[in-house]
Amino acid sequence: MGKHIKTISRPSLAKTVQGRGCGECQTSCQSACKTSCTVGNQACMKEDK
Amino acid sequence: MIHKFIFDDHRIVLDVNSGAVHLVDELTWHLLDDYPLLSPRDLVAKHSRCYPVSEVQEAVREIEELVREGLLFSPDPLNGHYEPACNEVVKALCLHLAHDCNLACRYCFAGQGHFGGPSGLMPLETGRQALDFLFAASGSRRHVEVDFFGGEPLLNFSVLQALVEYGRQRAAQLGKVIKFTVTTNALLLTPEVGRYLNENDLAVVLSLDGRQEIHDAMRIFPGGRGSYGRVLENISRFVSSRPGGEYYVRGTFTRHNLDFSRDVLHMADLGFEHISVEPVVAPYREEYALQPQDVPLICEEYEALTRQLLSRARKGQRINFFHFNIDLGGGPCLPKRLTGCGAGREYLAVSPEGKLYPCHQFVGRSEYCMGDVERGIVRPELVEEFRAAHVYNKDACRGCWARFYCSGGCHANAHAFHGNIFTPYEIACDLIKKRIECALYLKAALSSESA
Repeated sequence: MGKHIKTISRPSLAKTVQGRGCGECQTSCQSACKTSCTVGNQACMKEDK
Repeated sequence: MIHKFIFDDHRIVLDVNSGAVHLVDELTWHLLDDYPLLSPRDLVAKHSRCYPVSEVQEAVREIEELVREGLLFSPDPLNGHYEPACNEVVKALCLHLAHDCNLACRYCFAGQGHFGGPSGLMPLETGRQALDFLFAASGSRRHVEVDFFGGEPLLNFSVLQALVEYGRQRAAQLGKVIKFTVTTNALLLTPEVGRYLNENDLAVVLSLDGRQEIHDAMRIFPGGRGSYGRVLENISRFVSSRPGGEYYVRGTFTRHNLDFSRDVLHMADLGFEHISVEPVVAPYREEYALQPQDVPLICEEYEALTRQLLSRARKGQRINFFHFNIDLGGGPCLPKRLTGCGAGREYLAVSPEGKLYPCHQFVGRSEYCMGDVERGIVRPELVEEFRAAHVYNKDACRGCWARFYCSGGCHANAHAFHGNIFTPYEIACDLIKKRIECALYLKAALSSESA
């Protein structure tokens, strides 16, 4: 942890390109009349396994 | 690309392409503006006018280290180009069990449940055909989803029950997992219905707008009387009957309650943990519709809500406000983040007579009818249109810092306001960016306190 910068999270979206996009995750709906899923908070079914 | 913002003295930096989040000091905040433009030597020369040289050198080294690790100014992993998978399948359906409603909510996008057409209930056979279509169309996907929607779906409760039974049987035979959700105004949520929903593990979305005067101004019976009393009684009884069960109490805020944080907190004070309150989407001509000039006030309200949620979290009260949820360490993969809304390609809506539409909001727009449950999709060009509507193909999204969290917004809203699905609805853009900042701040603030 740096003195000037505190890193809260260090994911890598680049690593989620290969071998992903399997489509097993919950379907997203961005409509306000449903409880619209902000995509960023969805779970990855592969990670769950 | 980075996005940085200040929230209550916290200087927060999001590295857009990696998803990394940092808290930085004031010196680093200024250095980051110049880092892409100046050499390290010039950076130190410029900023040592205001800060000690050793401090500037130290901060520059920390920035360089994070750049090397791919956590600051990281490049776009796909370089702005994405070819959607051509093996996508339909894996979710929104079944409109009833184009009828026992309420006459003033802001209802569905025209009091009728969607511009005649009222009617979905026959069981149509529902079974819809499920058969889903199981066939989902191919090798294991997880499939069905949302019972309306109008008010509990007006067709016997068909709902029969479809759950049929869907579970077929899913088991096919080695699939089917998840059911019902979205209801709770008027028909009797103890017996609640028991059924619990015993059969249906996720439930329950409509309540917040304070009584807010709820009763919009969510009225056909005669004009407010529904708060009956709705709250039913929701409270039901929620207390399902410890651990999945539910959301969701409301809508309009121009008449821009102080909607009070509605969120009202619902929290009623004992509800999982809460969603969303902005109404309506044509600008409606007196309750949000207007562009309301955006600054709404953003301030999201900030006020954030402070309230933080304060309560510090006291141990857990409030799961849906729109501030964010998974910084994991979450969905980049392909998912690029495509966002599944409408028209992996998610379809089914009208009571069995017609297929890209989503529930397109139901009744004849130019977007994609087929029916007997024949399946007969207009593949519509699927292609929706498949192409990912963030790199939208001018407003391509350079937006929020693109991997928002994922391009609601296609139906875009179409309603701009006549095409590639131009997002601007108010929604402004609001989701604010919500993401609030969500990042909540994580950062709680993280720094626990460190």
